[in-house]
Amino acid sequence: MQLEPTNPTVANTARSPAVVRRWPRLRGGGPLAGLVLVCLLGAMLNENFASLDNAMNVLTRTAFIGVIAVGMCFVIISGGIDLSVGSMAALIAGAIILLMNAAAAAGWPPLAAIVAGMACAIALGAVFGLIHGLLISKGRIEPFIVTLGTLGIFRAYLTYFSNGGAITLDGTLATAYGPVYYGSGLGVPVPVWVFVAVALLGGLILNRTAYGRYVQAIGSNEQVARYAAVDVNRVKVLTYMLLGICVGIATVLYVPRLGSASPTTGLLWELEAIAAVIVGGTALKGGAGSITGTVIGAVLLSVISNILNLTSIISVYLNAAVQGFVIIAVAFFQRGRK
Amino acid sequence: MNPTVGFQQVAKRFGPVQVLHGVSFTFSPGRVYGVLGENGAGKSTLMKILAGYEAASEGVVEVGGRAVGFRGPRDAEAQGIVMIHQEFNLADDLSIAQNIFLGHELFRHGLLDDREMARRAAAAMQSVGLACSPERRVRDLIVAEKQLVEIAKALSRNARVLVMDEPTATLTPSETERLFALIAQLREQGATVVYISHKLDEVERITDEVLVMRDGRLVAHRPTGSLTRHQMASLMVGRELSDLYPPREPVPEGAPVLLKVQGLQVPGWAQDASFEVRAGEILGFAGLVGAGRTELFEGLLGLRPSRCESVEVAGRPWTRRNPRSAAHLGLTYLSEDRKGRGLHLRMGLPENLPLMALEQYARPWLDTAAENAAFKQASEAFGIRAAAGVPASALSGGNQQKLALARVLQPLPQVVVLDEPTRGVDVGAKRDIYFLIQRLAREGRAIVVVSSELLELIGLCHRVIVMRQGHLVAELPQDQLSEELLIAHATGTH
Repeated sequence: MQLEPTNPTVANTARSPAVVRRWPRLRGGGPLAGLVLVCLLGAMLNENFASLDNAMNVLTRTAFIGVIAVGMCFVIISGGIDLSVGSMAALIAGAIILLMNAAAAAGWPPLAAIVAGMACAIALGAVFGLIHGLLISKGRIEPFIVTLGTLGIFRAYLTYFSNGGAITLDGTLATAYGPVYYGSGLGVPVPVWVFVAVALLGGLILNRTAYGRYVQAIGSNEQVARYAAVDVNRVKVLTYMLLGICVGIATVLYVPRLGSASPTTGLLWELEAIAAVIVGGTALKGGAGSITGTVIGAVLLSVISNILNLTSIISVYLNAAVQGFVIIAVAFFQRGRK
Repeated sequence: MNPTVGFQQVAKRFGPVQVLHGVSFTFSPGRVYGVLGENGAGKSTLMKILAGYEAASEGVVEVGGRAVGFRGPRDAEAQGIVMIHQEFNLADDLSIAQNIFLGHELFRHGLLDDREMARRAAAAMQSVGLACSPERRVRDLIVAEKQLVEIAKALSRNARVLVMDEPTATLTPSETERLFALIAQLREQGATVVYISHKLDEVERITDEVLVMRDGRLVAHRPTGSLTRHQMASLMVGRELSDLYPPREPVPEGAPVLLKVQGLQVPGWAQDASFEVRAGEILGFAGLVGAGRTELFEGLLGLRPSRCESVEVAGRPWTRRNPRSAAHLGLTYLSEDRKGRGLHLRMGLPENLPLMALEQYARPWLDTAAENAAFKQASEAFGIRAAAGVPASALSGGNQQKLALARVLQPLPQVVVLDEPTRGVDVGAKRDIYFLIQRLAREGRAIVVVSSELLELIGLCHRVIVMRQGHLVAELPQDQLSEELLIAHATGTH
């Protein structure tokens, strides 16, 4: 009997069928069909909908939630959840604005202050994720409870630092930082480039690295993964850190938009990010899911809100309600899947 | 007189797998039937159909010669048929009385009548010889008492046919005696008892008739008195037992010790366990359910809290014990619980196989083509019959087990611990697995086989260690292995 595993260098040619075949039900075109349908509807209802400008506008607005949703997708596939991302984004935004203002006041050039702020945003996200991951894995507390707690903690600290008002970026800094949100390259806004890059990288990590496979294995059955010599705690910690970094990136994109952080910053982002993942066909109980689906889910949700803005059929105040109906409808159709 | 209960041409398919082929049989009241069969022979499925847990794909269940359709266990219960499972169907946080009346509560003035329920529960408990307050929480009972609660619950609902699935698996000898007395008493009262067990001595002792199932068919129905235990075993296996096991090759002289464990403590499960296994040796672990065999090895792997004086794998000390470092040192463990701990049922087959050795395929991107090639190769080497692209849940028990085995062999371990390697596997697959184990030993690996099937240990191992209540109580060389001796050590009646 031959026990040697195949040398991975041997057969590197024909790999496409397996990739397509891997999760046939979840890779199904449901979310994509939904997106196409909603876009057709939008185009019929308003002539401005099907324009390049509007498309870029929608994608730019999707970027924050979309970047967070990519990280959330990993957490949900691993069988976890993170309710704190909105508060985390708000606290990170407040913290880096204070930091950049202080740096500028200490005589740093605006560019250096902004780069330091960006690095700090990502580092803070990673640290918050690390804390979540350790409490959940080593501390063995339910992710729902841990992140419900930090949801309150993060937002309360932002409110405390801002004295209940807003923390505002200094004028020169705001001007220098502006292009990160308002700028564009090759006709595509910067946040959209970042969103695309994060999604591509996320898809690569999830589907083509050992870590990504472990995430799926843990969500599919944590016990089995543990017995199969997977370092479950480490993978979980990394997953929450990955999400924290995504929140940091989203915050870096968000800060120049308004140049301030207040107690209402990032409110309900956690719901939108989780909804994007679920609408994209990832099961809330974990195990399997796709980044492609998550991206489509995020875009779908913001297209719906865009259509409500452009048309007057349904009040724009009912945006969240429409999204809620969509989520429930999607969950209804996914119900039979095991 | 209680009516008869039986099957007419009952067949059952799970997807493409046919587990029962046209079984017909009628049970008479006042008799105790032993149902024998290997794991996967279809006996549990047949009994679940009788008790309404599964619906037959074809054929009918008959009560008093009349076809009945059960939509669930409640319907079967209404006809007096109750099955007592290995894992009890009791709500741990409710009291005994609340459990006995669960779903059949008594009311007075529209409110629960606790006093009357406690009174009747006490009467039912008395009839099975369970002496405690009906107010006690089920969680606080020992296993044998829980079983009595199950029986009391069945009797309080006028059960006339009681199906017991491995009822003595977790009982001590004295608790077993009490159960046997209760079964005799139920028979006197005209009930039918269907007794599923692997323990041939018990079947020989308490049953009137024996049914033997094999590969989804009823292959024999004999009066118990007309069969010897050896004949029962041969009927179950369907061939002479000697053909099932490969010839044993002696452990080479001076073969190195590959696993050396000293003073392993798994709190609550195992005390002061020391043993060693040499290259080319197959070491068996026998013992009753609950003796701590699985927990001993889960503790060794760091899957449970444990302490150990020293462990050496292939001569190297192993300090930070966890499954990952074990795999790196060359020791892997196949769990007894294939569905809960062995395989990712929802994942595909090529993804399942390399999980313990994924580094070999990540450079840094996973090479899915190499994974598929490795799976193809493993399917041939291990005889896994499966369509590509299906999830692991779609495989039969035997093919799942072979896949799980292939998985733990992927890191090329020097020491392999196989916990119940043939559980839920048909005879053909069993034989394949025995020959595979023999081949692994011949290649110079050290093999530990934990098994509840004594014949398997006797047929396969060079040496068997018997565990009882967390202690290693005996070590028997190949030439002393016998069912009687192993059972005697396992139950402490030696």
